[in-house]
Amino acid sequence: MTQPNPVTLPTPTVAPAGKTPEQPPPDASKPIQPSEIRKFLQERSSGRVVDGSFGGLMLVSALSIFVIVALILWVLVHDSQASIHAFGWRFFKTSNWDPVNGSFGALPFIYGTLVSSFLALLMAVPLSLCVAIFVIDICPPMLRGVIAYLTELLAAIPSVVYGLWALVVLVPIMRDHVGPVLERWFGWTGLFAEPNFGVNMFTASVVLAIMIFPIICSISRDVMKAVPIHQREAALALGATRWEMLRIAVLRNARIGIVGAVILGLGRALGETIAVTMVIGNHPDIVKNLFNPAYTLASVIANEFTEATGDLYISALIEIGLALFLVTIVVNAIARLLVWAVTRGSSTRTA
Amino acid sequence: MISALPERSVHLERAIRVRRTLTNHLVTGLAVLSTAIVLVPLVAILGYLIYKGASSLNLAFFTKIPAPVGETGGGMANAIVGSGIILAVASAIGIPLGIAGGVYLAEYGRGGLLGNLIRFTADVLNGVPSIVMGIAAYGLIVVHFKFSALAGGVALAIMMVPTITRTTEEMLATVPHMLREAALGLGIPKWRTILSVSLRTAMPGIITGCMLAFARVAGETAPLLFTAFGNNFWSFSLTQPIAALPLQIYVYALSPYDEWHRLAWAGALVLIALIMVSVTLVRLYANRGVIKGGH
Repeated sequence: MTQPNPVTLPTPTVAPAGKTPEQPPPDASKPIQPSEIRKFLQERSSGRVVDGSFGGLMLVSALSIFVIVALILWVLVHDSQASIHAFGWRFFKTSNWDPVNGSFGALPFIYGTLVSSFLALLMAVPLSLCVAIFVIDICPPMLRGVIAYLTELLAAIPSVVYGLWALVVLVPIMRDHVGPVLERWFGWTGLFAEPNFGVNMFTASVVLAIMIFPIICSISRDVMKAVPIHQREAALALGATRWEMLRIAVLRNARIGIVGAVILGLGRALGETIAVTMVIGNHPDIVKNLFNPAYTLASVIANEFTEATGDLYISALIEIGLALFLVTIVVNAIARLLVWAVTRGSSTRTA
Repeated sequence: MISALPERSVHLERAIRVRRTLTNHLVTGLAVLSTAIVLVPLVAILGYLIYKGASSLNLAFFTKIPAPVGETGGGMANAIVGSGIILAVASAIGIPLGIAGGVYLAEYGRGGLLGNLIRFTADVLNGVPSIVMGIAAYGLIVVHFKFSALAGGVALAIMMVPTITRTTEEMLATVPHMLREAALGLGIPKWRTILSVSLRTAMPGIITGCMLAFARVAGETAPLLFTAFGNNFWSFSLTQPIAALPLQIYVYALSPYDEWHRLAWAGALVLIALIMVSVTLVRLYANRGVIKGGH
């Protein structure tokens, strides 16, 4: 639409728009008088400088995200040099954590982080998916908002409050009620063996499961919502029951995104610090028994960093932080790519 | 035509139908049951928190600084003020940076490679554990200066930026293009259009995003452990170690004293009340505004 505009910009004094056709045609012999608005705009300096610098400022702010990541990476690598040089890859293969003799191996923490996160996923994923299905397809619309709100509340509770609650309420329950039952029924597996003090790997996993539930639930809900409605309708029209419709239309189409949601939850679980530190018992052991105190990458940093004496000790803790940083970056990158692959187009909420 | 089928087939048909209906009911029941199970910890946590917190809360909690070990009484007044100072620093750095980044993504970098890369990095940074932010801030600031409110604020600001960037971008993306075109058509420069039209229209959603980011970092303990460090006395200086509510709760919860446990519960109640009130207010506000935030 590049046709030349025969009418100059209307000045404020021009008659209402309805009369436009009656206006006299512009006189070709006389130069057109610029309108008030045009004069005003011409008097001002060009907006190009301001526009350019505004755009530049926005770009710099956006680039600050790269700067942040680069700075974190640089400082972690720089400060962990002592430990990297002293131990090399051995750091992640040995299980001897002995600050007094200056011998450091991170294996027990890697083991603790992996096992606690895996157990948490094992508990949280089925529940989250069931709740997501419930919210999307089963529950009455009135209840939907309430459950979404409660899930958000659960996500808004700070880690330290989860820790406090777990320490005071959950630990005694685990020690006196759940522990003995598990030991009686599943003691033969060797996973649940006395003594059980309540502060152990299993309790930490339960707390983690409660904490990662909201993120897995809300993202898999978003992903399931992104499945086109006619897929469901087609399944129902073929005579599928609700479960069959969910299985063949919703879950199948959303499976990549659901895997993404689960991996995002995994990322959260790997890095969760305070609540885990408060209930896991903080003891660097590698044992099969889940009632044994354990230690994770994040909690060893939280627990020992301020008390660490000696450069090598601090450096070793920072190297653990570096490992945690790299692992969570990779895990999150994979998860984001998967979620994007499914919900591209429809807006997703950042967690 | 069922009537045309042999007898056995009818039975088979019925058996299959019964199985399908049963499976359907089973899954429905399972979904309802899991929702109930999940709501239990939430109710338990909130209920216990209110019960314990409310019974331990008193005026001294808001007016006194922590008492020495063995003495009863005392409060967390300095921690509340300290949290306020740290969060003010974090917001002053994180909110402008985050909003500007979001503006770039939505108004300049849409669809481009750089925009996508920034978006992706922001999402990934969002998932980095808070304890790592704490060590990074320690290495960047504390090593060169000392434990300070400023270092704590920077650690929290780093956590706010990616969240705010992404929500701002999403909210700006919901502003109809016609509005921008109308403004540009009137000869208004782009920067004015962005400030007075796009940002203004999306403001309720952006405020929601900022408040959610604020609420998230307000409860963070891990990044403050070796940046703000904590302090048992009053401090208003940005360059001194300072107390913070989550930090104080953490220390008191792990202590062996009943009196300190009591204060930890009161602190947890105050902290969670602050967070929930802000989240709820923001939800109401956003639902009333021009653009609906989130779902």
